[in-house]
Amino acid sequence: MKHLLSTGDLSRSNAIRILDTAEEMAAVGEREVKKLPALRGRTVVNLFFEDSTRTRISFEAAAKRLSADVINFAAKGSSVSKGESLKDTAQTLSAMGADAVVIRHWASGAPHRLAATDWIDAGVINAGDGTHEHPTQALLDAFTMRRHWARLSGTGSEGTDLKGLRVAIVGDVLHSRVARSNVWLLRTLGAEVTLVAPPTLLPVGVDKWPCSVSYDLDQTLAGGVDAIMMLRVQGERMNASFFPSTREYSRRWGFDDNRLRALDDLGMTDTIIMHPGPMNRGLEISAAAADSPRSTVLAQVRNGVSVRMAALYLLLSGDTREPAADRAPAYAAAPSTKESN
Amino acid sequence: MAGNTGTYLIQGAAILGGDRADLLVRDGIIAEIGTGLSADGATVIDAAGLVALPGMVDVHTHLREPGREDAETVETGTRAAALGGYTAVHAMANSTPVADTAGVVEQVYTLGRAAGWVDVRPVGAVTVGLAGERLAELGAMADSRARVRMFSDDGICVHDPVLMRRALEYVKAFDGVVAQHAQEPRLTAGAQMNEGDVSAVLGLTGWPAVAEESIIARDVLLAQHVGSRLHVCHVSTAGSVEIIRWAKERGIDVTAEVTPHHLLLTDDLVRSYDPVFKVNPPLRTDADVQALRAGLADGTIDVVGTDHAPHPSEHKECEWAQAAMGMTGLETALSVVQHAMIETGLMTWADFARVTSTAAAKIGRLSDQGRPIEAGEPANLILVDPGARWTVDPFKMATMGRNSPFKGRELPGKVVATFFKGHPTVLDGALNTPHPDAAATPAGVA
Repeated sequence: MKHLLSTGDLSRSNAIRILDTAEEMAAVGEREVKKLPALRGRTVVNLFFEDSTRTRISFEAAAKRLSADVINFAAKGSSVSKGESLKDTAQTLSAMGADAVVIRHWASGAPHRLAATDWIDAGVINAGDGTHEHPTQALLDAFTMRRHWARLSGTGSEGTDLKGLRVAIVGDVLHSRVARSNVWLLRTLGAEVTLVAPPTLLPVGVDKWPCSVSYDLDQTLAGGVDAIMMLRVQGERMNASFFPSTREYSRRWGFDDNRLRALDDLGMTDTIIMHPGPMNRGLEISAAAADSPRSTVLAQVRNGVSVRMAALYLLLSGDTREPAADRAPAYAAAPSTKESN
Repeated sequence: MAGNTGTYLIQGAAILGGDRADLLVRDGIIAEIGTGLSADGATVIDAAGLVALPGMVDVHTHLREPGREDAETVETGTRAAALGGYTAVHAMANSTPVADTAGVVEQVYTLGRAAGWVDVRPVGAVTVGLAGERLAELGAMADSRARVRMFSDDGICVHDPVLMRRALEYVKAFDGVVAQHAQEPRLTAGAQMNEGDVSAVLGLTGWPAVAEESIIARDVLLAQHVGSRLHVCHVSTAGSVEIIRWAKERGIDVTAEVTPHHLLLTDDLVRSYDPVFKVNPPLRTDADVQALRAGLADGTIDVVGTDHAPHPSEHKECEWAQAAMGMTGLETALSVVQHAMIETGLMTWADFARVTSTAAAKIGRLSDQGRPIEAGEPANLILVDPGARWTVDPFKMATMGRNSPFKGRELPGKVVATFFKGHPTVLDGALNTPHPDAAATPAGVA
């Protein structure tokens, strides 16, 4: 693995390798000394063109636990805000000897530009680009779901996938990089994904994605769901006619107390509720749901560090083997081969 | 004026790709056409294997001067045009200052005369500053030395229906045409690429086909209502072709253009996030490409316009969303059209002459361009080697823009010679000299 840009080009075996490595990293996190010497002397740059304290500190903790040197480059309030281009910033980091660049950018595709050009030779990890992808978020979500799924079947999670797991991803799919990365990865791992959203917040072309689409959350729940992933509703959507009001949104697509009760009534005792954070309590998720034993919100945060350790380790440890006989499904590269159901 | 251009005997060219004949070019005109011609003192050009076509006329060129001379100048842009087989280009109005007054259009016209590579026909802005608020002095531009007949806010849609109606009505006074950049602005706020399967995956804001089609539908109805002449710039969708076909069947006076890149490239290329593929209107789907080809072949689309849009490299070496929209096209148009239309069997070289020259000259009301290859006609001619193949290298082009989406592609067809008013601006596939009249036209004097 030279870069981690998208889950769409991640093969099943590579995905499982990352998740298995993350399990090993998680074990480190439970020791008294939470540190490995693996990346000593390597430099990881957190290049953030968009504020995201949560993701940045998660990557920072991951790199530090691997003994890497970490440089945080917040592009706001820096030379970038004085008009420096991505190219010049990348070349500057390259000249300083960055081994890996963790990039968060408001523009879809910016990590691909870094990886595809000769501006910088470092490994690139996409830490969220525009409305495109957020692969480490999807990997930490899959990690969380895999542990849950394995526990239910009474096995260890190592080496397993998500075959048969029914996942509902609910909310603003149109603008969500989390949803995109999750759809590709979950499908690669064998889960069955249903997107639930108002029609205005689904992209034109979603019918070609390897998942089902529903406008009705209650119907989807009644059909049986093992994991419900609520997406954050961005403030700027509220005044752009994507839905009439936050209250109507909340009634139809929010995970409220009634729906929390419905899970019990439907006998879905093992269904988990996920959220990538930060949450809008009372809008897409009720306080009771967020704080219920079903909620995996804090486990996701914890697992995020392990997954990012695994990604950094695999990128920088020099192991660039692509496991054979199992090429990526390439959802993003070859639309004609996409399943659609 | 054209008495000093020398005498050239072109031997054995396939006229419009058909019968072979000799052409004697003298004093700016085709003096004779026939077989076994001879002329004392003539420079002989062996045209065996070459196709003779009328000089190409571009209805849609961005020369960037005045204002963005770091991107292109009239001199460099028209050199590129000559190399690409053009003898006339229409220079779009979105310069700085905007070509919305007689003064600016005369400046561009004079720069073109002084350069001497092709006829430069300035396009006048429809509205002051391209702001879409009030009409520019269209009459003054029409009456100027630049004799503007085409008016366009290209880059920006004249979206106010009342303003568009008035513009269409007003240009009737001097046989003008409004060339519309059809893009409903509210439906395309922040748009980055074609809205469809690819944009859904890439997370780039979509530019839906309906934003183009709804404006075209409105405008053909307006043109019918006021009895005026509409030209639709860079048609990019299958639906637009259908609407224009319908309008023509109803007898509406509408013409339409397609770019070479929309005849060949699709939005699949955007998966690279390489902004060299960022253009407005955006690259569409293969179904659109096929419909555009069919529309060009059957005459629904009248002309090929390059929308040649050079940009400095820093405007493309950046994030997709930050990048400028546009592609160069003057030096690849002939090859791309040959590849997409002639090698596919959809068109002949005679059809090529129609869509790249005859029809384009008619839209721009250029009386001495796009003429038949006959004795007594102005010698605006090109010789093309249809068997040549070449690999596109933007760094070997005459345009200052390096933003060619065809970079690295092998394409057929090469312009061997361009005759502009009887003078070879291009010989042996390389730039020769500008038209001798250029020397008598000091730049900057309108």
